[in-house]
Amino acid sequence: MNQRHEHAMYDVDPLHHHPPQADLEDTRLTHHQVMQMAVAELLIEKNIVSADELRAQIDFMDTITPARGAALVARAWTDAGFKDRLVADSKAAAAEIGLDIGPIPILVMENTAKIHNLIVCTLCSCYPRFLLGIPPDWYKSRSYRRRAINEPRKVLAEFGTEIGHEVELRVHDSTADMRYMVLPMRPQGTGAMDEAALAELVTRDCMVGVALPRP
Amino acid sequence: MTDRRRHHDMGGLPDSEPVPTREHLFEPWEKRVDAIKALLSDDKRNLLTTDEMRRGIEDLGADAYERYNYYERWISSITNTLLQKKVFTVDELGRKMAEIEARQEDKPL
Repeated sequence: MNQRHEHAMYDVDPLHHHPPQADLEDTRLTHHQVMQMAVAELLIEKNIVSADELRAQIDFMDTITPARGAALVARAWTDAGFKDRLVADSKAAAAEIGLDIGPIPILVMENTAKIHNLIVCTLCSCYPRFLLGIPPDWYKSRSYRRRAINEPRKVLAEFGTEIGHEVELRVHDSTADMRYMVLPMRPQGTGAMDEAALAELVTRDCMVGVALPRP
Repeated sequence: MTDRRRHHDMGGLPDSEPVPTREHLFEPWEKRVDAIKALLSDDKRNLLTTDEMRRGIEDLGADAYERYNYYERWISSITNTLLQKKVFTVDELGRKMAEIEARQEDKPL
């Protein structure tokens, strides 16, 4: 594994964009990066994992994106029976369209005109990874973990999301054994859109509950 | 009332920081940590459960928990668990880390 030939971190904030910085790739490894390499090499030497398995796992993780969750949402928006099955048993419903939700149960929480759902993991970072991919930095941040449960409307406002006070806000605290995904409401004015076009409206943040889909 | 929660149990604690909405793309080393975790937890290996992973992170102590970033906490927990399970020894780990550091020394600046 050669650290120097890989891309260093770069910023994806559109208002403050830096291109990948080649010079960063030559900075020294941190203690924990050395630890990661040492663990990987020891596991490979001891035939516990192979380099191919590691590469394949990383490639697999790259295929797990919020498009998977969005496909479920778009199907639910266009097929009421599917929506009921998704809310009742997400594993079985996802299997209908060939998606595996992974080993840990995921409860799909449906937003309605009266209820808005938000998910957090106050203890760490549990997240419906098999449907949304790796959790974003803010989901794992101290302030989101602390504040999402006692001032969720204020937190939502920071994401530019205003939920009317007539709407009940339900915050779901994820655990290692139970994860949640939000099923957002289909936006008005999307009657003519097909399932594929609808799926494009469903962002990761909509399925965490910090944003609403926009037509 | 004394708050007897452990450090990681932070839901509802006062915090005036806005949620940091800036994101970064995952670095290769972070993805490798994630991949190591996934492989060690699979049915083939079954060397690391989610709860063992959690315990390892929660046992880092408040100071390390705050100083380490997310995947630093992960690799620390993974490594400690593998040491406890005698998958490798402290000596083997130390030698390997020194070897990797030495390889770096050879790198032209």
